[in-house]
Amino acid sequence: MGKRKIRVLLAKPGLDGHDRGAKVVAHAMREAGMEVIYTGLHQTVPSIVNQAIQEDVDVIGLSIMSGAHIPICKKLMGMIKERDIGNKLVIVGGVIPNKDIPVLQDRGVNGIFPGGVHFDEITTFIEENVAK
Amino acid sequence: MGVATYIKDEKDAIKEVILQSGIKIKPVYTPEDLERIGFDYDKDLANPGEFPFTRAIHPMGFRSRNWTTRQYTGFGTPEETNERFKLMISHGQTGLNVAFDLPTQMGYDSDDPMAEGEVGRVGMAVDSLKDFEIAFKDIQLNRIGSGLTINAVASIMLAMYQAVAEKFGYKKEEISATPQNDILKEIVGRGAWIYPVEPAVRLIGDTIEYSMKELPRCNPVSVAGYHIRESGCTPAQEISYALMIAFAYIDNVVARGFKAEEFVGRFSFNLNIYGNLWETVAKFRAARKLWAKLLRERYDVQNKKALFLRGIFGGGGSGMTKQQPENNIMRGAYYALAAALSGAQTTALCSFDEAYTIPTERAALLSLRTFQILMDEIGLRDTVDPLAGSYFIETLTKEMEDKILEEMKKVEKAGGMVEAISSGYVQREVAKQAYEFEKNLQQGKVTKVGVNKYTEGVDMEVELHEHNEEWAQLQIDRLKDLKRTRDNKAVNESLKALEKTAKEKKNVMPYLVECCKCYATVGEMANVFRDVFGEYVEPSIF
Repeated sequence: MGKRKIRVLLAKPGLDGHDRGAKVVAHAMREAGMEVIYTGLHQTVPSIVNQAIQEDVDVIGLSIMSGAHIPICKKLMGMIKERDIGNKLVIVGGVIPNKDIPVLQDRGVNGIFPGGVHFDEITTFIEENVAK
Repeated sequence: MGVATYIKDEKDAIKEVILQSGIKIKPVYTPEDLERIGFDYDKDLANPGEFPFTRAIHPMGFRSRNWTTRQYTGFGTPEETNERFKLMISHGQTGLNVAFDLPTQMGYDSDDPMAEGEVGRVGMAVDSLKDFEIAFKDIQLNRIGSGLTINAVASIMLAMYQAVAEKFGYKKEEISATPQNDILKEIVGRGAWIYPVEPAVRLIGDTIEYSMKELPRCNPVSVAGYHIRESGCTPAQEISYALMIAFAYIDNVVARGFKAEEFVGRFSFNLNIYGNLWETVAKFRAARKLWAKLLRERYDVQNKKALFLRGIFGGGGSGMTKQQPENNIMRGAYYALAAALSGAQTTALCSFDEAYTIPTERAALLSLRTFQILMDEIGLRDTVDPLAGSYFIETLTKEMEDKILEEMKKVEKAGGMVEAISSGYVQREVAKQAYEFEKNLQQGKVTKVGVNKYTEGVDMEVELHEHNEEWAQLQIDRLKDLKRTRDNKAVNESLKALEKTAKEKKNVMPYLVECCKCYATVGEMANVFRDVFGEYVEPSIF
């Protein structure tokens, strides 16, 4: 039996519609052999969590360009705890100032990838850190 | 983004230059190139101000009129935004370009659960006419024109702009607003859509028809190739998609029994600048020419002024980098130079800190000064279309024209623009280009200074615009106050009238003005449309 492909839910939470980054990263993950489910725009946190459970993904990736990454991640991490799906890897990308990186880490976000990061960095991080 | 691909030999000599639009640049151009493309001065260029306007839309270009500077501005509550407007005007800015926060752009009031965390963040929060009264206080609305960067609910904002102007005592005939109002590009590239394609395009038709009759100085649509380019398409695709989108809006109004000639002169464009200088200049010259030619061919528009491609040519955010951010100041200056060499009528720049967040006061002022230096110091107002007659530029302009037409044919083949967007054809093309470019950048096939070349050194720290969490609460409190004190009976009646009109597919604009004047909120009006039209469902394409 072949190894199960890593499943990723790539989500665009909130009202921001800039999805170039999300789509490019989704494409790169697919090229790297992962199965990618892209939620499309304007997703609420509860809907992202529900989709992650329904799709039984290993990774939840958020792309946020609006500057609202802290309130969104706070909400997401709370809900992940509530729904007891802490085994899923959570990564965040987008317009994220350096000073916010430790804040997100404190909230429990596993990987943070501001604009300009190489595809390889993201996919390698996932491969190395995803729950085996 | 937007840089060409260079093929070099082992000694770093350039063997081949391939522009993003797919055109190869030769090392040397001569009169033979002009012969090859069949260059004809009267047919291809003509004097500035003459059809097909390749050189400029006005005979005297920047000599008769400096360009309008319109930095994208707005954040927090209307009070902060009003202050920043006045600051920019006091420093010589000649137009406004209003940034709305995401809840406003998406038709949610500040107290809506969907707005949480976003109020006043990337633009100013607007819930009702009360907010416009504060934001535009002491601005001379008969002299300063305002770009309103909003799309899905642009009809509401245009109505609100009329309402605030009338409240301040201006006549609706003397105000000049340019709502962006381009929903098709939102669906392709920027993502601030609400309603399905058909009613969304109809709303745009409503604003065009209404402006024709009631707001003669307003430009009801600013077709924004800009954002499609930001999403990854090539410069040739940017122009091709923008023109095709414009034709879709024209068709909607023509189907109402009007002639394109009657309204198309009020169309404007929002187009992007970054990347290769020559490709940019050729793009704008080809765009002016094609717009005029195609309006004549397709819609038999004869009036010269109605054939002008007018608009804002602005320095694009995609060109700006998070790495070594101060380099973006220099990049911005070159983008502004490209705008000047292209004969931009109006301009704006993304500021150097915009890869991080919306600009600080200092960054916004630097952008404004960049334009002023070009025009007042360096000599860009001296003569019209200074690059005209260059063997290279004229050849490239012609090749760009051919590329744009080629892309337009592909869209026609995919069923026209509305169909090509509904089916996801355009989105797929754009996503493909975006991925290819990113891959090339990461593999070093294209160069971005400070990103994949000359990366050594510490990253510069920049002072960033700070978002104030208290703004949201202030805004919500004001909204609650408003709902308590306004005449709610009048609000409900005006919203009912709006609903009835929307259901009957009649022009909603006069009813929106009435709703605004009663202090109905943006969310209330947008929800009437949500109920009647439903919401757009996005295909998942990457």
